[in-house]
Formats: sequence, C-alpha cells, structure tokens
Amino acid sequence: MTTFYQFQFYLFSLLAIASALLFVTRRNPVPAALWLVNVMFALSGLYVMLDAPFVGVIQVLVYAGAIMVVFVFVVMLLNLGRSEITDLRALGARLGAGFVGLALLANLLVVQRGRVPTSALAPAADNAVTPVAVSLFSDYLVAFELTSVVLLVAIVGAVLLAKKRVQV
Amino acid sequence: MIGEALIVSAILFVIGVVGVLTRRNAIILFMCVELMLNAVNLSFVALSTQHGVTGHVFVIMVMTIAAAEAAVGLAIVIAVFRHFGTVDLSALRLLRD
Repeated sequence: MTTFYQFQFYLFSLLAIASALLFVTRRNPVPAALWLVNVMFALSGLYVMLDAPFVGVIQVLVYAGAIMVVFVFVVMLLNLGRSEITDLRALGARLGAGFVGLALLANLLVVQRGRVPTSALAPAADNAVTPVAVSLFSDYLVAFELTSVVLLVAIVGAVLLAKKRVQV
Repeated sequence: MIGEALIVSAILFVIGVVGVLTRRNAIILFMCVELMLNAVNLSFVALSTQHGVTGHVFVIMVMTIAAAEAAVGLAIVIAVFRHFGTVDLSALRLLRD
C-alpha cells in the first residue's frame, strides 16, 4: 500500500516536472498553454494524495478550467498561434538566468533541509470540505470578503483596459 | 512525502523563474508566473498536512488572486498589442530610444 502510494506520488511529481520543462521550452504559446494545463492536472493529483481533495478539485476547475482558457482565448484573439522566429533572450541573458535558477534551486533545497516543525498529524476528516469551510468563514472571514472586493476591482480594471479607447 | 513535495515545489518554482528570465513573449511570461504560483500552492498543501487546514485556505486565496491577476494582466497584454502590434517585450523600449 505504502509503496503504491509512493509510486503514484513519484509518478505525479515526474509528470509535473516533465510537463513544466516541456511547457517552458515550447516556442508556440498554444502548446505551452496545453502543457501548463498538464502540469496543473498533475498538481491536482498531488493535492489529492496530500489529503487535500477539495483543493485538487478547485485546482482543476479554476486553474485548468478557467484561467488557462482565458490565456488560450487571448492567444486566439491576438492571433499569436503561429510559431515566430524565437522569443528567447540573448545568450548572456540566458546564461545569467541559468545561473540565477541554479542558485535559487540550491537555496531552496538548503532551506528545505531545515527541520520542519512537526505537530501531531491531523486525522483525515470524513468530509473534505467542512474543515476548510469552517476555517474560511470564521478565522479568515475578513480576508474572504476583501477577496471579493479584489475580484470586483479586477473585473472593472480588465474591462476598462481592454475596451476600445473612447474620446473623453 | 512532505520533503519530496517541497522538492517538487522548489523545482517547479525555479522552472518558472528561469522561464520569466529567458522568454520575451508576454503571454508565456504570464504563464510562467502562474507556474510559480502553483509551485507555492504545492508547498502550502504539503505543509498543511502537518499544520491543519490553514494552508488550504491560503491556497484558495492564492487561486483567487491568480485569477484576478490573469484577467488584469491579459487585459494589459491586449492593450499593449493594440498599441505596439506585438507582445514581444523587447519591442517595448520607449524609455531606451
């Protein structure tokens, strides 16, 4: 049982990393977006395996279903689907980026080796939604309501920005 | 499995950072930012197996902010495309010439 769990965990991890690498190396935005959707599906599997089925469902619905559709829609709207020559930066910038990436990865792995303070593992609830909902609507109610204001402002801002310029 | 999840999260985050630093297509840049947000979400979920459901609440907040950011950012991309005729970021050099 445990080995099957580990096998599945490594499978989803490998899928996520490989899809992310393919995503970042695609030249055309449309295959890149589809590989990113693949990353999000793999991450959703990881969330389910990490005792967060509700977050996994939300990941598929919101990220893979809504946000990426907006990206692909904009690619279609701007007619950017053709492969262009290349959009990579110059060699110096790429080497610098590789160096920054390696340094950041080493940094993160060192931080990760630090001791994570462990508390008693919370027993897995029968209902996946209830603990999240109780926390969201009691402890974090103010943040939740502020989020709705942020969404409203984002909607108004997006409409204003994308609208044709009107003479004032 | 928390350690492995954190390592996967670090690798995904670094892939996103390298993508932001090496690409010039504004839409791919935004997608790299989304990848970085997803990597952080993974570490939130992994740590919340030890520390309760607060991490899940944080992930939901991050997803909401990511949706808002995608909407506004892509509207800006559309405005830039309408003005410059391209989404190549190296074409945006009003302050250089």
